[in-house]
Amino acid sequence: MTDAVLDSAAYAELQDTMGADFAAELLETFLAEAPVMLDALRKAAAASDAEGFRRAAHSIKSNAGLFGATALADMARGMELGGLPTAAPDAIEAEYGRAGAALRALLDG
Amino acid sequence: MASAGGRILIVDDNKVNRLLLSRSVEMLGHSVVLAENGRIAMQRLADGGFDLLLLDIEMPEMDGFEVLAAIEADPELRGLPVIVTSSVEGLDNIVRCIELGAEDYLPKPVNRVLLQARLTSCLEKKRLRDEQRALLSRFATSEVARDLRDQGFAIGGRRLRASVLFCDIRGFTKLSEAQAPEATIELLNAWYALMFDAIASHGGMVSLMIGDWLMALFGAPHPLDTPAQQAVDAAREMLAMIDGFNVERRAAAEPDLRIGIGIATGEVVAGYAGTQNRACYTCIGMTVNRAARLESHTKAVDREILIDAETCAGLTSTVAPALVGAVAFKGFSEPLDVFSVR
Repeated sequence: MTDAVLDSAAYAELQDTMGADFAAELLETFLAEAPVMLDALRKAAAASDAEGFRRAAHSIKSNAGLFGATALADMARGMELGGLPTAAPDAIEAEYGRAGAALRALLDG
Repeated sequence: MASAGGRILIVDDNKVNRLLLSRSVEMLGHSVVLAENGRIAMQRLADGGFDLLLLDIEMPEMDGFEVLAAIEADPELRGLPVIVTSSVEGLDNIVRCIELGAEDYLPKPVNRVLLQARLTSCLEKKRLRDEQRALLSRFATSEVARDLRDQGFAIGGRRLRASVLFCDIRGFTKLSEAQAPEATIELLNAWYALMFDAIASHGGMVSLMIGDWLMALFGAPHPLDTPAQQAVDAAREMLAMIDGFNVERRAAAEPDLRIGIGIATGEVVAGYAGTQNRACYTCIGMTVNRAARLESHTKAVDREILIDAETCAGLTSTVAPALVGAVAFKGFSEPLDVFSVR
């Protein structure tokens, strides 16, 4: 639970290796796609679609890891391995609220 | 590195991953085609021309495991290097990728230095494999090359029902003595090109070439429904091509080229003969002897195509072979009915 919301070194490295413009484009793509993935996760949970749930969690884990949203990535990984939850995945949406805001700040900064 | 740029198919259902991977690969000097899932990837692969596949595992519709299995099952695609790039959980899943034929596994996010090293090494392997294939088909005909690729190499034979076609150029020795050696080779090459074309377009394959003489098989290594008819059709097209070729030769004040063709149908023993180090795909048996005798008999009776009774029986169209007579060939206990075809 002590995971950082954002490890800013990850984005700095991305800018370094891929160029600042491309890094920004990639991050904007993630910020646009993340709500879609979270929606897929919620719908899969509601429909007891274990396969869809695992795949959506996997996707979020993979992207969150890329941008250094460590806590979000860990939470998604837990869901990927843990299978269908008994309750709606509210916690991860809250975590994305924090991580998304921090990432957006990187874009504006 | 940039000079050896390959054409790479990237398969990933996640947009961010697709963007990042394609940019990384392009920055290394390669060209990229994208697919959003396994099903689309298989459609793109069917168009051909790819040097390497970067494959995600977790995907809707058709996942990476299914793509690996489909590639392995397709003789045209088998051998295409696949690097799996995934953040899939569990060592057993990575092992499964390798067992299904993946060349390598790169965890996401993909390290660029590692990606470059893997791409370079895989593309080099692919280049060597392509070169080997090209070499194989140059010296072994595409059918045998394919047979080798699918079945592997093993000395030994199989009994097959096939039609065997022999063909040679009449008076070729005399012809070649009257001209420069370069002109002879050029003439042979033109002749081979025409004959190969006629034979291949009717499902046959040339199994032997010796000077002005060739042997073709219809029904080996792969069986055909109507080997006799296809062999006769090929023979007639060979003659039509020679007619066209002679028009050109006459215009250049060169003498006409004339050929004789013998076709026999029946059981043959076909397979790889030789040693582990040096072998060729060959075909033996009385059917082969019969075809050779028929071909040499074309000169004696001044016909262009002679066929045996079994070939006649295997004809499906209205070719109307004419009985030339029963001929006692050397090495055969009984006289054989010989037919000519126009």
